[in-house]
Amino acid sequence: MSNTTQLLRFITAGSVDDGKSTLIGRLLHDSKSIFEDQLSAITKTSERRGGMGAVDLSLLTDGLQAEREQGITIDVAYRYFATPKRKFIIGDTPGHEQYTRNMVTAASTANLAIILIDARKGVLTQTRRHTFIASLVGVPHIVLAVNKMDMVGYSEETFDTICAEYRAFAAQLGLHEITFIPMSALNGDMVVERGENLNWYQGSPLLELLENVVIDHDLNTTDFRYPVQWVCRPQTQEYHDFRGYMGRIESGEIAVGDEITILPSGRTTKVKEIVTYDGNLQRAYAPQSVTLTLTDEIDISRGDMFVKSATMPQASKEFEAMLCWLSESPLDLSRKYIIKHTTRVVKCVFARLEYRVDVNTLEQHSSATLNMNDIARVAMKVQQPLVFDSYIKNRFTGSFIVIDEATNNTVAAGMII
Amino acid sequence: MSNQPFTHLDVLESESIHIMREVAAECKNPALLFSGGKDSIVMLRLAEKAFRPARFPFPLVHIDTEHNFPEVIACRDKLASDLGERLIVRSLDGSIKKGTIVLKNADQGRNAFQSVTLLETIAEFGFDACIGGARRDEEKARAKERIFSFRDEFGQWDPKNQRPELWDTYNTRVHAGENIRVFPISNWTEMDIWEYIAREKLYIPDIYYAHEREVIRRDNGILPVSHLVQPRPGETVEKMMVRFRTVGDMTCTCPVESHARNAQEIIEETAITRITERGATRMDDQTSEASMELRKKEGYF
Ligand SMILES: Nc1nc2c(ncn2[C@@H]2O[C@H](COP(=O)(O)OP(=O)(O)OP(=O)(O)O)[C@@H](O)[C@H]2O)c(=O)[nH]1
Ligand SMILES: [Mg+2]
Repeated sequence: MSNTTQLLRFITAGSVDDGKSTLIGRLLHDSKSIFEDQLSAITKTSERRGGMGAVDLSLLTDGLQAEREQGITIDVAYRYFATPKRKFIIGDTPGHEQYTRNMVTAASTANLAIILIDARKGVLTQTRRHTFIASLVGVPHIVLAVNKMDMVGYSEETFDTICAEYRAFAAQLGLHEITFIPMSALNGDMVVERGENLNWYQGSPLLELLENVVIDHDLNTTDFRYPVQWVCRPQTQEYHDFRGYMGRIESGEIAVGDEITILPSGRTTKVKEIVTYDGNLQRAYAPQSVTLTLTDEIDISRGDMFVKSATMPQASKEFEAMLCWLSESPLDLSRKYIIKHTTRVVKCVFARLEYRVDVNTLEQHSSATLNMNDIARVAMKVQQPLVFDSYIKNRFTGSFIVIDEATNNTVAAGMII
Repeated sequence: MSNQPFTHLDVLESESIHIMREVAAECKNPALLFSGGKDSIVMLRLAEKAFRPARFPFPLVHIDTEHNFPEVIACRDKLASDLGERLIVRSLDGSIKKGTIVLKNADQGRNAFQSVTLLETIAEFGFDACIGGARRDEEKARAKERIFSFRDEFGQWDPKNQRPELWDTYNTRVHAGENIRVFPISNWTEMDIWEYIAREKLYIPDIYYAHEREVIRRDNGILPVSHLVQPRPGETVEKMMVRFRTVGDMTCTCPVESHARNAQEIIEETAITRITERGATRMDDQTSEASMELRKKEGYF
C-alpha cells in the first residue's frame, strides 16, 4: 500500500437541509476533532439564535455571516481532521440549486462523495443533480447516506425503498459501486458509533468506511503526462547553461534516460536529470513536482506536454465534451471564450450544442443556449491544438475550465469525451 | 503504485509547489507576503523547492505593524538575506504619517489596519497577485476561501460570489487594479506545519519554543509584557514558561504555557491540545463572531 492513501478528500452533497453540515459537525464532534473554543463559540451562537439547548453542529462549517443568518450553506467549507488511520480533507457543499457551482468546485478534487437524503423525503431533484455531477466529474467512490432516520422510526423498510429508488437512478449513470448507510446525523447513529437504533444494519458506520476505502487504484499510473509549467533559466554563473522544465507529474512515472515526446511539436528526446531541491532523483511519480532537464536543446515553453512515446494522448483543435455551465450569464454561442487546459490557455468557440441533459430523467433535449447549472454535451473548436486524454482515462488531461474574457469569471467546467 | 513512499506531507508540498509555479507563470507582477512567522517560513521553503536553482520570480513583501516581536523581525531579515532574495518592507507608520490610518490610541492592536498599508503597497508596486500563508484550518471564514481568491479594485473579498475553482486548474486572470490573493498552504493544518518544520529542520524565531517570559493576565488571556504592554493598576507581572503558537501584534498575541523546546515536542503538544491556534492566541479574533470575515471583506490577507 502506498502512503498517498493517507490522505482522503471527501465531500458531502445532496439537497437543501438533508443534514450535510450537521453530519460533518457530528463526524468532527464524535471523532473528538472539535476544539473547546470552537465548541464554546458555536454553543454561544446556538443559544443566541434560540436553539432549544442543543448545539447546532452545522455552525461548525457554516462560518459566513450570511450562512448563519439564513441557516444554509452558501459556499464550500473545508475542514481537516485525522484519525490514527488517515488524514481527511472534508468539503461541505451547499444543497441549494443556486449554489451548485460551489458543489462542483468541491467535487472536482474529491476521492469520495457522501450524498445525503432526508429519509422523509427520499430522492429529490437536487439528489439526482448532485449524483449526476459526482459521476460526471468522476468522483471515484459514492456513499449514499439516508439521514434523519430518527424521524422515520429507524425504519428498515423506508431505508430499503429509498435505496432501491436511488440504485435505479444511479444505474442509469453507470454507477454501481455505491455504499448505502442509514444514519441520524443529529443523534450520531452510524456516523462514528453504531448507536442503538439501527441494529438491523449490517454494514460499518461512516467513519470506519472512510478510514478503509481503498483509493490507490484511482490514479492513472500508466500514462506519463507532464505539462510544462515554467521554464527555469537561473542565469547565474554556476547554472549558466541550466535549462529545466518545471512541472508536476499528473500521471504515470518517469526515469532518467527515458525517451519522451514533446507535444504538440512531436519532437523526441531523453530525460537527462530529474532535479529537485532535495537532490536529483533516478525516478519520479505522480503527483510529484519536479524539474526535468533533457539531453537535446529543443524549443519548449509553458503549455507544452511531455509524454512517453508508447502512450500518446490525442492532439486536436476539435473535441467534444460534457460541460457544466456555472455562470449566471447564459452561454452565448456567437462569442469566443477562453479555455484553460492543463497549463495551456487558448481561445475557443462552441461549434455545436449537442444536447442538454434533464437531471431528473437523464433525457437529452436540444437547446439553443445554456443557463446556470445546465449540463450539456458540446462540440468545441480551439485556436491552437490541445493535447488531451478523455476525462475517463485521465482526470488531469481530460478536464478544462472556460473563462469569459470580458469578466474573467470561470463560467464552465468541461470534461473531454 | 510506486516504491517511493509518499507521505501526506509530500502530497501537500507538491500541491503548494504547483500553485506557486502557476502564479509565477500566469501573473505579471506577483509578490510573496512574508512576515517571519512559521507559516511564511514554510512558504519560503516551498518557494525554494518550486524555483531553485533560480531565484524567486517575485519579491518578498512584509507589511510591518511595528508591533512585532523583535525576534521575528530579526528572523525575517536573516532569512531574506540568507536566501539572497529581495525584501520590501512597508510600515503601518508610513500610512499613519500619511493619515490613511487613524489610530484611537498609539498602543492599540494594529492587525486590522494592515489591510490599509497592504492595499497601498499593492498600488505602489502594481502587484496583481499576492501569495499569502493563510490556512483554512485557522478560522471559519478562511475555511471558505478559494486557493486563488479574487479581490476587486477595492481589495474586497466577496464570499457570496467566489469564482468556481475546479480541479487544479486555477483561474489567475484579473483586470488592471484588481488582485488575486493566493494561498498555497490552504490545505495544511497547524500539525502539518510543525511536522514540516521538523522534517525540513527550518529555522524559526525562538519565541515559538518554550522560554521563560514575563506575562500578565488580562481579559481571559495571558499577554507578554513589553514596551507596548505594561501592567495596569491591580495587574501583577508573573514569570511563566511559555511559547507562541502564532506571532502577531504584541499587544494582542497571547503565548500558551508550554515546556516544548523543539519542533518534535511541539508536535506532541499539538496532538493533544484542545484549543485552536487562533482561539488560544489572538484576542482580536474574539471581538465578534465575524471579525475575520469583516476584515477580509476590507482587503485583509
Ligand atoms: N431529526 C433530524 N434532524 C436533522 C438530522 N440531520 C440534520 N438535521 C436537521 O436538519 C436541518 C438542516 O441541517 P443542515 O445540516 O444545515 O442541512 P444541510 O444539508 O447542510 O443544508 P444546506 O447546506 O443549506 O443544503 C437542521 O435543522 C438540522 O438540525 C437528523 O439526522 N435528524
Ligand atoms: Mg449545509
